[in-house]
Amino acid sequence: MPYLKRFDGRKFDETRPITAKVGIIPRADGSAIFQIGNTTAIAAVYGPRELHPKWMQNPNTGILRCEYNMLPFSGHGERVRPGGGRRAREIGMVTENALRPVLDLKEYPNCVVDVYIDLPQTDAGTRCAGITAAAMALADAGIEMKDMVAAVAVGNVQGSIVADLNYDEEQNKTETEGVADIPVAFMPNSGKLTLLQMDGEITRPHLKQALEMGKEVCKRIVAIQKAALRAKYGGSQ
Amino acid sequence: MSDQKQHLLKYLSKGLRYDGRKPTDYRAVSIEYDVSNSAEGSARVRIGKTEVIAGVKMAIEKPYPDTADRGNLMVNAELRPMASPDFESGPPTDQGIELARVVDRGVRESECIDVHDLCIKEGEAVWSVAIDIVAINDDGNLFDAAGLAAIAALRDAKMPGTNDKGKADYDNRTKNKLPLKHVPVPITVFKIGNTFIVDPTTDEENNFDARLTVACKEDNHLCALQKGGEGDLTIDDIDHMVGLAQEKSEWLRKKLR
Repeated sequence: MPYLKRFDGRKFDETRPITAKVGIIPRADGSAIFQIGNTTAIAAVYGPRELHPKWMQNPNTGILRCEYNMLPFSGHGERVRPGGGRRAREIGMVTENALRPVLDLKEYPNCVVDVYIDLPQTDAGTRCAGITAAAMALADAGIEMKDMVAAVAVGNVQGSIVADLNYDEEQNKTETEGVADIPVAFMPNSGKLTLLQMDGEITRPHLKQALEMGKEVCKRIVAIQKAALRAKYGGSQ
Repeated sequence: MSDQKQHLLKYLSKGLRYDGRKPTDYRAVSIEYDVSNSAEGSARVRIGKTEVIAGVKMAIEKPYPDTADRGNLMVNAELRPMASPDFESGPPTDQGIELARVVDRGVRESECIDVHDLCIKEGEAVWSVAIDIVAINDDGNLFDAAGLAAIAALRDAKMPGTNDKGKADYDNRTKNKLPLKHVPVPITVFKIGNTFIVDPTTDEENNFDARLTVACKEDNHLCALQKGGEGDLTIDDIDHMVGLAQEKSEWLRKKLR
């Protein structure tokens, strides 16, 4: 059965409803909340500040450190053990790689920019929501960025290329056809990609098609990120 | 940019590598099987001077409640301090975790093991399959070496027997192989400057900008992707890297018994 109509009636390239806001954690240097459907990500930025442990300090440049954390009650089903496992560590690392290309931290030797991402509620697409929230929080913190970053999952659900898969779509695997889940992050101005992972199965031409869709969807998400920043700081465009 | 990287880039821009290979050349690959009698299956993979071993252990366990009719698959990787001066003892590093998870995804998502085939009695007993990969000598390209070693060890594995208590009987191993349906082989393509290379040595790996690990099945479908590194990529870069990985994985798959 081809997947011609999405479970929640969305168009193939349509995201779930999005809300975004910056400056939600007053103690942090920068912060943001990004909600997409039933997935909610909160991000806080501290720094640039002195990096501890000291042996990690780099005299040539500041570093970016990202922590991804699903809250214990946020999972689909059983309680998520706090403290983070291998999955959380890996997502923290790919989040750093997704955001690092837009930052220039040479001005901050021996320092760190810490990004903390918490997920109170999840329904697929958490790493992408986290990256999107973190990029807004970095901008809110006033850290110089050469471009924005937005992330979304694209994928192949039974032969159809779709954007922003929800949990039901991710799980919608049949005996004959798999689901490919492909989180991507793009910088809108350069059009370059900073995050790419995939689970599932896809062909080379379909992958290219999915990436092109991801690029366009990310541009639309960036417009929402910018609107949220303007809502706090004003400014036109 | 470090002097080392500038020097490397100068050579790569002319299509040259320090060991005389072309950018898309692989080093010599060898695979040995049954390198540990204790394991249900095992393999040693050498790619140039890089060496990893992988072992498969199986056990009968109670299934998780949400996957009552499916066996369990686990992949773990260790970067032992013996393999490189850059590795240290202690808890796994980000690098080790990423390696294990990328190999895990290649094996799992290809569905080369149908976990339903590992069910003995729904809700009560299933086989668990643990693949442990250990780096013995790191001279670059551990991702491909580890992924190849994992699939080689799985293909080598023989199921243990079952005793009257319903546990695995390791003394009476059967002749039955694991029911494997596909052969996923990962290839990692590195971008350094404007050059794409495969199978980097440590010198090259220490200076890369971005990499993409592509796990390919025998029908050339992709079953897992992972971008690494702080560099960015265009969609055309990715398409090119995927094409190169498909070509190389076909070649590397033929090395398997």
